[in-house]
Order: sequence, then structure tokens, then C-alpha cells
Amino acid sequence: MQPPQPDSPSADPTAQALVDDSFVPVRAKLIEVAAFLDRVERHGVDDDFRCQALNKAAQVLLDGEPERARRILESLSDPTTEPDEVSTGKPAVGAWQDPASQ
Amino acid sequence: MRYIEPHGHMVSRTTNDYQAMVTAGCAAVCEPAFWAGFDRGSADGFRDYYRQLTEYEPARAAKFKLPHYCWLCLNPKEAEDLSLAADVLAMIPEFIDRPNVLGIGEIGLNRNTRNEMKVLEQHIEIAVKYDQLILVHTPHLEDKLKGTKLIVDLLKSHSEVKPERVIIDHVEEHTIQHVLDQGFWAGITLYPDSKSSPPRAVDMLEICGRERIWLNSACDWGISDPLAVPKTAIEMRQRGYDPEFIDQILFQNPVRFLSQCPNFSVPVT
Repeated sequence: MQPPQPDSPSADPTAQALVDDSFVPVRAKLIEVAAFLDRVERHGVDDDFRCQALNKAAQVLLDGEPERARRILESLSDPTTEPDEVSTGKPAVGAWQDPASQ
Repeated sequence: MRYIEPHGHMVSRTTNDYQAMVTAGCAAVCEPAFWAGFDRGSADGFRDYYRQLTEYEPARAAKFKLPHYCWLCLNPKEAEDLSLAADVLAMIPEFIDRPNVLGIGEIGLNRNTRNEMKVLEQHIEIAVKYDQLILVHTPHLEDKLKGTKLIVDLLKSHSEVKPERVIIDHVEEHTIQHVLDQGFWAGITLYPDSKSSPPRAVDMLEICGRERIWLNSACDWGISDPLAVPKTAIEMRQRGYDPEFIDQILFQNPVRFLSQCPNFSVPVT
């Protein structure tokens, strides 16, 4: 069996298996996101920039447009273009924070 | 099934992992130089590490008849110290002719700083001078998009760098097309929580095509899976891909890239 070609929808009957096999695990991940947002709100840390970035990124799921994964990754990325002068010495945390807002 | 593990940090793994990988069909493992989980205190620490990559690990893998190859560099996370970087880079030519060395890597950026850019440039110059393949690490998480663009721009500014001899690793949905459009190879890393999952990796193959892409586990001392590559074959099978497609992605593609290095060969199966 050949893979679907880029830019063309798959007519393969196994396409239904994408839903059959993956729906429950993906459903669980979405509930994890919801529970996480509930949790940080309940504990009063939902104003953390990472939680706010996650809320903003989640809006992509609702806009009905394609390439959701790419756009969510871009939403969480550093949008600047020049190298940083010095290292903060800290690891990446998963969401970009404007230094001016720190 | 046969596959290549083109990016595994085997110094961090147990011998059981070698056994499991060979059992799953691994035909060769390639080990880029990387961060040990702590900053090394001197260049001598890197000398020992390069001996481990070129002497000890090949011998450990050979117990399972598994060819072991490596890449040499100072990883970008330790590149902020320019003095240390100078000492370590001066040492690389001592090891570059060893028979399991594939090239310079995994070089790149960590937090996208000016010092990291300087050391990346110095690594590229070594690769050009010694006609070596290049394996590039792209930054983590929120730094990946910017870092990938900086890396691509720097590589493209070198007229002597041939994109077909460079693989830019750890691509995700927001960076893969940019890397491929510029003529480089792209590596998709199967790593829990950060980087990509098997379903997302196969999604990227469906969207971007099957050329100039390889998959790797980047298994290391963190939570990672040395069998992530063969496990991704399961995802491909579930989507109806035929064995030839799986073989191309997991075996033929990495062999095609790595065979540009005369040191690389895999037993004919």
C-alpha cells in the first residue's frame, strides 16, 4: 500500500483507523490540558506567562484553519530575530516571555 | 525490518539497550557528541569523551555486531565559554581521522546567543577545512524557530558548505519546511514531551514528502526511548504504508546521507 501524496486527501480505507485508533488517547490529552488550566487557576498561578501562552495557543484549536500544530508551535516561539547578547544560563521553558514584561 | 539509529547518545545507555536495538533490527548506530548533563570543567574532559566515542563505544556495540559511528564537537550548551571552546576545538583534528568518525556534530545553538553563534561558525570552518559532514542540533522549545533560522542563515552564508552534506536535526512542524526548502536534510527526533511523537513524525512525512528526512530517537540520559525509531514503523503500518516506504525512511534515507562519509558502511542484508 502506498502512502497518501502530499496535498491530496487519503482515499485509503485505513484513514478511518486514524480516528478509531487515536481518538481516545487524544481525548485524554485534551482533558489533561483542561485539567491543567483548572488546576493552575485553583491554585492561583494561572497568571504565569506560560499558562497565559498556553491559553493563547489553545485558541488555534478553535479557528477552523489548517496547520494547527505548526501555528501552535509558532505561537509559543521567540519571535525575535537577532542573537541574544548573553546567555541567561537558564534552560528553555516552553513559552517565550518578552524580556520587557519581566 | 532493518533500520539505522542515526542519533543516539549511547554513552548514556545500558548494554541492554544495544541488545534491544539489535533485536529490533538496528543495522548501525551513530552517536553525536553532546552535553553530558553537566558542564565539563576543562578540555581534558572532552579528550576522555572523544576517546569514549571513538574507542570504547564502538567496542561495546561490536559485542552485538552493531557498527557504531560518532560525530565530534563541543556541544552548543557549553559554547558560552569561548576559552574552553577554543581549547576543545583545537583538539578535534586529533580525532577526526579515526575510523568511526562521520563528521562534525551535533553543533548548533542552545539559547541563541552571540557566543554560541561564534562557536558554531568555528565548527563550520573545521568541517569545511576537513571536508566533513555536518550534523546540527536546533534549540529546544521556544528557542527552536529563531535558532533554526539563525543556523540556516549562517550555513547559507558559507559558500563552501554544501546543503546536501548537512542534516539539521530536531525539526518540528514549524521548522521542517524551511530546512528542506534550503536544500538541507532534516532530522525528526522522537522524544517524549519535547520534539516529536511517532504520529506527528508520520504527519510531517505526509506533508513534506519522504526525501532528505530521517528519524532518530536521540536517546540519552533523559527520559527517552532507544526503540523510538522502530516503534514509529508501527504507526506507519497502522496508516497503511508498505514495507518499501518504511525501509526508505528508516534505512535507505539515513544510509544515503551517511554514505557521503567514506567511513560509513552497513552490512548488506
